[in-house]
Amino acid sequence: MSIWEYANPKKFMTTTAPILPWVFAVAIASTVVGLVWGFFFTPEAENFGSTVKIIYLHVPSALMAINAWLMMLVASLIWLIRRHHVSALAAKAAAPVGIAMTLIALITGAIWGQPTWGTWWVWDPRLTSFLILFLFYLGYAALWASIEDPDTAADLTSVLCMVGSVFALLSRYAVNFWNQGLHQGASLSMDKAENVSNVYYIPLLISMGGFVLLFLALVILRTRTEIRQRRIGALQARARRS
Amino acid sequence: MIALLMRDLRLAVRAGGGFGLGLAFFLIVVVLVPFGVGPNSDLLAKIAPGILWVAALLAALLSLDRIFALDYEDGSLALLATSPLPMEGAALAKAVAHWLTTGLPLTLAAPALGALLNLPGPAYSFLLISLLIGTPALSVIGTFGAALTIGIRRGGLLLSLLVLPLYVPTLIFGAEVVRRGAEGLATATPLIMLAGITAGAIALLPFAAAVALRINLR
Repeated sequence: MSIWEYANPKKFMTTTAPILPWVFAVAIASTVVGLVWGFFFTPEAENFGSTVKIIYLHVPSALMAINAWLMMLVASLIWLIRRHHVSALAAKAAAPVGIAMTLIALITGAIWGQPTWGTWWVWDPRLTSFLILFLFYLGYAALWASIEDPDTAADLTSVLCMVGSVFALLSRYAVNFWNQGLHQGASLSMDKAENVSNVYYIPLLISMGGFVLLFLALVILRTRTEIRQRRIGALQARARRS
Repeated sequence: MIALLMRDLRLAVRAGGGFGLGLAFFLIVVVLVPFGVGPNSDLLAKIAPGILWVAALLAALLSLDRIFALDYEDGSLALLATSPLPMEGAALAKAVAHWLTTGLPLTLAAPALGALLNLPGPAYSFLLISLLIGTPALSVIGTFGAALTIGIRRGGLLLSLLVLPLYVPTLIFGAEVVRRGAEGLATATPLIMLAGITAGAIALLPFAAAVALRINLR
């Protein structure tokens, strides 16, 4: 029994089929609980008013925007090293979800920034690096879309993902060069004694968990769709030959 | 490798090679800016470092799809792949040829265009140095992008979508050097970072480009 068994498309399909509805159910439940709790049952923060409540969308989506890229990087490496097709398809499946998460983070950030900073957009390091991440996602998805041969596409996008990761990281620190910017530092971290107070922390945590599961569920669903499309393609090719 | 380099240079310089096209593009972009923002010389002096760097970057981008496209179509790239020269060497030679035909002329022409934008006096040397150090990175990164997209017909737009985000760090540090130079501040830190990016790109990206070429030639 090893994790590589799930690289077999058939094994992947039979294992994920019963799990998927549960992942979806828990994801939706915890997202709804986290958001509703956060929106309606937390006190309004001092100096912020009710605008602070957008944090329950902003932070989880920003978290997943970065982690989706990391997941794509790992999946690309597995594809390049071990040539498991499911891995390449999972990377392909994660890209649109990552794009959506990045967009949500950017838009909620703009909506939040307007009342608190008095501007929709500033060229702050964090905001800028997210915009650059968004561009990288677009390039990655566009490369997948424009190559017909699936193996060539998987190879080339994997190489792009690796090089892109290095340059995305470089950009992340290059934009720090300008100034510290308006965005606050990290409010949540493992090694800090003082985080956001518990009243906000617990619903935020639930919402973050919901987004992680939602991402997982969407990626599994999209990977299953990709595998089915591959099968259809193979069947059609076989039908044409005979 | 030298032979390949000389061949590419000859091809670029002779008719139809597009040599000078990048330069003309650079000139036109820089000339268009004052039409867009108005002839206020203080404003122009302030934005000149950024404009010059962005224009140089776009001009370098313009000629990227020529790096491999013709060789891929007429089969000489496949011939290169079977030659004793490793693909990494071929990619590096192509990048050097691209730099010699676009990056270097752009660097040399930039001070003249700086005068058009009323660039402050002390910034000229920094403009020259930053472009000299930074444009090789543009060529090498662009070679990688071109290698990724040779198999795609009409890949020009896709190429710019892939390559422009990769140009961001180079642009930030390059323009920062000139801006600091113009204001008389210390330029060592961004200059070192710029040189670091260029050195890293030259060391690593030919390998990535060679991988992409091999995949595309499969």
